[in-house]
Amino acid sequence: MKKELILSTSPFLHDSATTPWIMFQVIYALIPIIAAAAYFFGMSALLLIAVTVLACLVTERIFTAAKQEEPSSLKDGSAVLTGILLALTLPPGFPLWMAFLGGLAAIGMGKMIWGGLGQNIFNPALLGRAFLQSSFPTAITTWSVPDGQFFSFRGTNLALPFFQGESLDSATSATPLALMKFQQEGTEWFKLLMGNTSGSLGETSAALLLLVGVYLGMRRVFDWRIPVSIILTVTVLSSIFYVINAERFPSPDFMLLSGGLLLGAIFMATDPVTSPYTPKGVWYFGFGIGFLVVLIRLFGGLPEGVMYAVLLMNSVTPLLNKLTRKRVYGHLKNG
Amino acid sequence: MLLTFTNGVHPQEFKSWTNNSPVERLPFFADYVIPLSQHIGAPSKSLVRKGQYVARGEKIAEPGAYVSVAYHSPVDGVVSAVELAEHPGGKMVPSIKIKADPFSSQRLEKKPIDWKSLTKKEFADHLQNSGMVGLGGAAFPSHVKFAVPDDKKCDYLIINGCECEPFLTADHRVMAEYPLEVMRGIEMLQYFLTPKKTFIGIEANKKDAINILQLEANKHPELAVEIVSLEVKYPQGAEKMLISAILTNEVPSGTIPLDGGYLVSNVGTVAAIAEYFDSGKPLIERVVTVSGSNIKRPANLLVPIGTSMQELLNACGGFKSSDFGDSARILLGGPMMGMAQKSLDVPVVKGTSGVLALGVLEVPGRNTFQCIRCGRCLEACPMFLNPSTLGLLAKKGLYEEMLEENLMDCMECASCSYVCPSGIPLVQSFRVAKAVNRERKVA
Ligand code: SF4
Ligand code: SF4
Repeated sequence: MKKELILSTSPFLHDSATTPWIMFQVIYALIPIIAAAAYFFGMSALLLIAVTVLACLVTERIFTAAKQEEPSSLKDGSAVLTGILLALTLPPGFPLWMAFLGGLAAIGMGKMIWGGLGQNIFNPALLGRAFLQSSFPTAITTWSVPDGQFFSFRGTNLALPFFQGESLDSATSATPLALMKFQQEGTEWFKLLMGNTSGSLGETSAALLLLVGVYLGMRRVFDWRIPVSIILTVTVLSSIFYVINAERFPSPDFMLLSGGLLLGAIFMATDPVTSPYTPKGVWYFGFGIGFLVVLIRLFGGLPEGVMYAVLLMNSVTPLLNKLTRKRVYGHLKNG
Repeated sequence: MLLTFTNGVHPQEFKSWTNNSPVERLPFFADYVIPLSQHIGAPSKSLVRKGQYVARGEKIAEPGAYVSVAYHSPVDGVVSAVELAEHPGGKMVPSIKIKADPFSSQRLEKKPIDWKSLTKKEFADHLQNSGMVGLGGAAFPSHVKFAVPDDKKCDYLIINGCECEPFLTADHRVMAEYPLEVMRGIEMLQYFLTPKKTFIGIEANKKDAINILQLEANKHPELAVEIVSLEVKYPQGAEKMLISAILTNEVPSGTIPLDGGYLVSNVGTVAAIAEYFDSGKPLIERVVTVSGSNIKRPANLLVPIGTSMQELLNACGGFKSSDFGDSARILLGGPMMGMAQKSLDVPVVKGTSGVLALGVLEVPGRNTFQCIRCGRCLEACPMFLNPSTLGLLAKKGLYEEMLEENLMDCMECASCSYVCPSGIPLVQSFRVAKAVNRERKVA
């Protein structure tokens, strides 16, 4: 055998988890959440997701083409993921053209201008959401009333109120008697969520979010310590406030189930790129988010505390990484 | 609770192909090539001329310096040349070529050595003249390793039976089949090093070896050898990791284990030392694992040093498929730290613990993505380094800045590259960085 053998250097074995695998695991895990959104909000949910994903892919493609890179970054799944996550933070009746702009901002401002995958400081989906929040403050906080009023704001999406209204109606009427109790609980819960200013696509089912979160954590797709520390912090802090003054402050379970906290803790805060990678830093990051969420919600007068909390903690991630550096083996001190 | 170190990775083991296969003796072939620098240190000097008849076990080269060892003929035969030949490392090095006598037998004209009457110095000289080197892969001369200077002391003698590299089962088989030799070797080392405590560290996936050695240890209570089961985790067999696992101490950066009183030796080396003193047989053969999905008949073989790699693979039935895909490779050593081999026209050397022919099964193609800062490498690195940052610096060519990120503490175990989901060649670039820094220092 005189064939040239292939030369390269060790290691020759690799873990099976690859970056696209990680991204697609999260995307697959989002399918039940998307299904729930479609169940609650009908076609408008799916349309919104389709539009943001498209916007993200187009933007990614344009930027990579401008840099004359191979379009391989489209295949890593991260742009699709950003698109879905962005849509999940939007109210169901949000105008599609705005959503498209949001996707553009998410990938363009949130990721590509930083240098692409892995280079950005802020979570792209949340950055897109923040962009929309500042550009269209009314549209993005118009959740609760499913009547025509909302859509007089943008006449371009006439089809949406129809879908939304119908799906809500059918959801309550088509349920068998046997499930009545469950349905009622669900509805109340749902009302609780909707009663607040929240009620975006991805906040529909806390149980589903938790389930998916546990699955992803167990498969080690993301760092389970981040959602756990956020939820712990929010629970403890809001319990303290609740005990001090139950009249003035909301109960911990309300805090946990509303305002997109679970969505943020499980899907936004765990973005590997924008969260710390040191074992200790991860905990501080989660504590920080939990603390800020409670602070902003209770005292800041801003309902969407989660988004700002995560973005704020994103900005200190490099610092956290530095401060929580592990002592090198065989060294006495850090550094 | 099994003992272990902090961090590390869990690659698939691939050991079941050979871990129950007893060691088979490889027959003699026609030609042998003995490179004179199979060990770490100065090349050895040939003692033979072309045409000279040599007997099996006869000394054919003497140490070229203190850090250097002797070489012996693995067969009865005639020296056919003393010239440059390809070493498995890829370089051409002075080598002794021997044409085997077709009637060469396994007979050895050697006598046991009365080691108890030796001084420490004489013991070390014997090791050097027996050609003894570490058989774990590094091939560091044993007489240097076991020469404890007067200002140091070996408090803990740790015998390394981890064999944490996937595929390899040579040490496993040595422990299972040569427990007597292992114990004898420990007895000898204890005699000269007088450690306070002796451990044998074995990963828990070698239950049979643990049991067999425990039985053997029970027969020698005076040696007080403690057999320690360790968690199966890579790189458990790295000296520092093994010390940390068993004694929960770290080896301070910039020092060697002996500074802290630890001496770690590969279990195969210990058995080989015992064989030498008990029978007079110098280091002329070793156990090699031949495995991988592209090998017809994976096996553990007792191979004369100098056997051609091609003959060795033929003896295992050769390759399943001669059509090497894009990713199929021939390796010397394990898949985590071993070396890819470009030619099969090289001999088995003292440091060859395994020869692997990997197929697409083990080495699927891999794409590279940017670092997603997932932190997997940080949680894999047994030295607690930040491979992600090191990797970014390496990509920019900032090799000197890497020193501040403790590049020199990296032991090139490849755990970081193994886990990186973005397929970034981390350890590969660290090796380059180290080499460049070394050259800059010299220049
Ligand atoms: S940085 Fe070095 S020591 Fe750490 S995992 Fe990578 S190769 Fe091993
Ligand atoms: S494992 Fe790879 S992708 Fe993850 S932080 Fe390390 S270098 Fe970056």
